[in-house]
Amino acid sequence: MIEISHLLILGGVLFCISMAGIFINRKNVIILLMSIELMLLSVNLNFVAFSYQLGDLAGQVFVFFILTVAAAEAAIGLAILVVLFRTRQTINVAELDTMKG
Amino acid sequence: MTLVQLLFYFFAIVLVVAGLRVITVRNPVHAALFLVLTFFSMACIWLLLEEEFLAIVLVLVYVGAVMVLFLFVVMMLDINLVRLREGFIRYVWVGAGVALLIAVQLYSVFSAKSMGLASGAPVVGHGPNYSNTEQLGRVLYTHYVYPFEIAAAVLLVAIVAAIALTMRRRSGTKHQRPSEQVAVRRQDRIRIVKMPAEKKQ
Repeated sequence: MIEISHLLILGGVLFCISMAGIFINRKNVIILLMSIELMLLSVNLNFVAFSYQLGDLAGQVFVFFILTVAAAEAAIGLAILVVLFRTRQTINVAELDTMKG
Repeated sequence: MTLVQLLFYFFAIVLVVAGLRVITVRNPVHAALFLVLTFFSMACIWLLLEEEFLAIVLVLVYVGAVMVLFLFVVMMLDINLVRLREGFIRYVWVGAGVALLIAVQLYSVFSAKSMGLASGAPVVGHGPNYSNTEQLGRVLYTHYVYPFEIAAAVLLVAIVAAIALTMRRRSGTKHQRPSEQVAVRRQDRIRIVKMPAEKKQ
């Protein structure tokens, strides 16, 4: 049987990878969105691992809802990305300084 | 080491390597394909944990829909890769430092005595007649039916928002206006002319 600590370590490693990805690819919005998807996946692994360990279905239901919201987020994020590229001809985060934020 | 553990380590190694490639590869198309591999190996791990429904949903929804959407967008945009890769080496060390920091924090949380992970009871697997989909459906349609409806509303809002964001009206295209078509009256279309009948001369 798979021990829960191994699952948690795997989720932690994946979370660290995606966090590093956000810092490394800080100019490319597409890779940033992919890193966020990876991050959500690692969190889902934690839910699944505890659901498996405790024999409780609530964790799996929560993963189901996280998948729903993540799909909606990816669709809207990519739509914003397409509109952004159409108006500015770039997806470089460093050049998106219109609002002087 | 049992076969399940062996498979778990195999898929975990594939998962970590593919995740690392996602964030370091040069071409966004390759990054999207490595992300597909990541999702697929994660689905395999969930299958090993006897959570078949979520594994299949992950493959169907993510690999089948979301990643195809990513690939479409990546291929539609004409991206200057050289500009986007500027400062990559400089930020590698920042990223590695942050990742290490989070790893230390996670380790300190997971290794705490209050987590009680070491004393966890061994997991008893389900029998061959266990249906994960059926069990999940039983709680999803009874106990969690209200959040389930809200999730459906969230998806509807996402569809409408994505279409409203990306739709554009070009000038010069011909549109049908049903309201004007319905509101038309007889006088607008035909004119009855009264004229006396002419006689043959």
